Amino acid sequence: MTIKLGVPSKGRLMEQCFDWFASRGLTLRRTGSDREYAGAVEGAEGLELVLLSAGEIPRELAAGRIHLGVTGSDLVRDKLADWSAQVVELAPMGFGHADLIIAVPAAWADVDTLEDLDAAAHAFRAAHGFRLRIATKYHRLVRDYLTREGVADYQLVDSQGATEGTVKNLTAEAIADITSSGETLRANHLKILSDALIHQSQATLFAARAADWTGEEARLAALCQQLGVARPDF
Amino acid sequence: MASKAAARACGERLLAAFAAAGAAEIAPDILQPAEVLLDLYGEDIRARAYVTSDPARGEMMLRPDFTVPVVQEHMAGGAEPARYCYMGEVFRKQDHLGAARVAEYIQAGYEVFDREDPEAADAEAFALIAAQVAHLGLTATIGDIGILRAAVEGLDTIPARKEALARHIWRPQRFHKLMARYAGLEPAPATRAALLSGLRPGAPWIGLRSTDEMEARIARLRLDATAAPIPAEDVARLDALFALRCPAPQAPARLRALGLPAIEAAIARLERRLAALAARGVATEALRFDASHGRTTMEYYDGFVFTLSAADPALPPVASGGRYDALTRVLGGGREIPAVGGVIRPGLVADLEGAQ
Repeated sequence: MTIKLGVPSKGRLMEQCFDWFASRGLTLRRTGSDREYAGAVEGAEGLELVLLSAGEIPRELAAGRIHLGVTGSDLVRDKLADWSAQVVELAPMGFGHADLIIAVPAAWADVDTLEDLDAAAHAFRAAHGFRLRIATKYHRLVRDYLTREGVADYQLVDSQGATEGTVKNLTAEAIADITSSGETLRANHLKILSDALIHQSQATLFAARAADWTGEEARLAALCQQLGVARPDF
Repeated sequence: MASKAAARACGERLLAAFAAAGAAEIAPDILQPAEVLLDLYGEDIRARAYVTSDPARGEMMLRPDFTVPVVQEHMAGGAEPARYCYMGEVFRKQDHLGAARVAEYIQAGYEVFDREDPEAADAEAFALIAAQVAHLGLTATIGDIGILRAAVEGLDTIPARKEALARHIWRPQRFHKLMARYAGLEPAPATRAALLSGLRPGAPWIGLRSTDEMEARIARLRLDATAAPIPAEDVARLDALFALRCPAPQAPARLRALGLPAIEAAIARLERRLAALAARGVATEALRFDASHGRTTMEYYDGFVFTLSAADPALPPVASGGRYDALTRVLGGGREIPAVGGVIRPGLVADLEGAQ
């Protein structure tokens, strides 16, 4: 048996992930051609590399098809019900930082806080006959946050990309999206609400509670020691 | 957990009891148009209901509860007064793991649409529902959102503030933040002063919300900035009201002792309701009164609310219900009728009977 480690299959996230493991004595690399999603691990016995889309890693962890996985903390919280009952957070990895925020048109002088957004949504619903639309792909995180904060009279509309353009295109009045520099928001004439930081995300190493760990305890302990992380308590 | 057949048999028994009390049985469709429910409940229902699409009828929802279709059926031409009963599955997605969280279960319910004597109708619905589960040793809790609404209405402040607070009675977190702001305990955002001084950002206007809507809100904020803070002692009285829990027969006196004259009429209604309950043989001294009951779970209830719960806190309520006059207004297209009712979960009843 082996421990399966799922990591993002391409891009900057994959490179930074490889760097993180390399600095702890584990060499991860892709094998075969540039286009083939196969990988290998050097520096630890019985560890198998699985290259996956970052968006699919939460689901694979929940199903227990991989033992360990690297993905954004935002994706795990958004895609998994009761996420902490399904995965254990082993280590924040210090890269892939992004904030999940709420943004509204910069021209809305009267809206700067959640309280303002709630009041504007109430008036908007009365004036237009439907709830103020917030475009996002982070449905669970945004809905849970707005419920907790007691915001009403809004609706979420799904936007899987180019979310910053939805307000100008009249398909939403506000957006909830991840941002690192805020550059795209400004370019699309949007501003961030001052008190609505929904989640500060970063790439994180997770362990799956549902994976079959039978016979892997010693190997996991050794790996955790090598990575300098606390052994998960399943 | 009881089998579906056992739950259904129990549901049939409840339905027969409701019909014997004079209710007409109705059987709403399982597939309901999603739009009405989404507009009413917003994201709360979208997170919890199964939505599917129909090529001819658009977005449809697996019935998340009976109240809306029952009200619609009544509004579409029911005689007055009317009493309805129903029994069938409801469907709720469960976002948390755990055995008690089932995604489909049976509800059996009884609803009263009657303009005469609302407190007698409250007592009728509660007494009939409680009688069906009397053998299970449940704890009954009652409350009254009408008392909370009257207390907010009675605050000595501008109407816009009262309206904002009344809208958030069902969202305690936002309610108390607003209250702190209106009482001057929490300062206005730093950007507010610049906004009121007339400063406007240079950004181009985008989106469907109009500049008129923004200016209307700024006018409201201007008015708000000139309003006197709500006195600290009034905030304390409201907090004491929200925290009030006592045996039901003590509730009227305890509520009067809070010193809130605006809730006197609502207290009188509570007294009439307790008298009507006693007249129907309900042991009111066994009822718990919780002034905040219904604030976090049952948004469309706007008056009397109740639940009957088993001792195990992991179990959902065995029965619950309340008054929803405002809902009939929203769905009635200009018409309205006072309405009260409740549901029992036969599956839980069968479980508890099995454990006895």
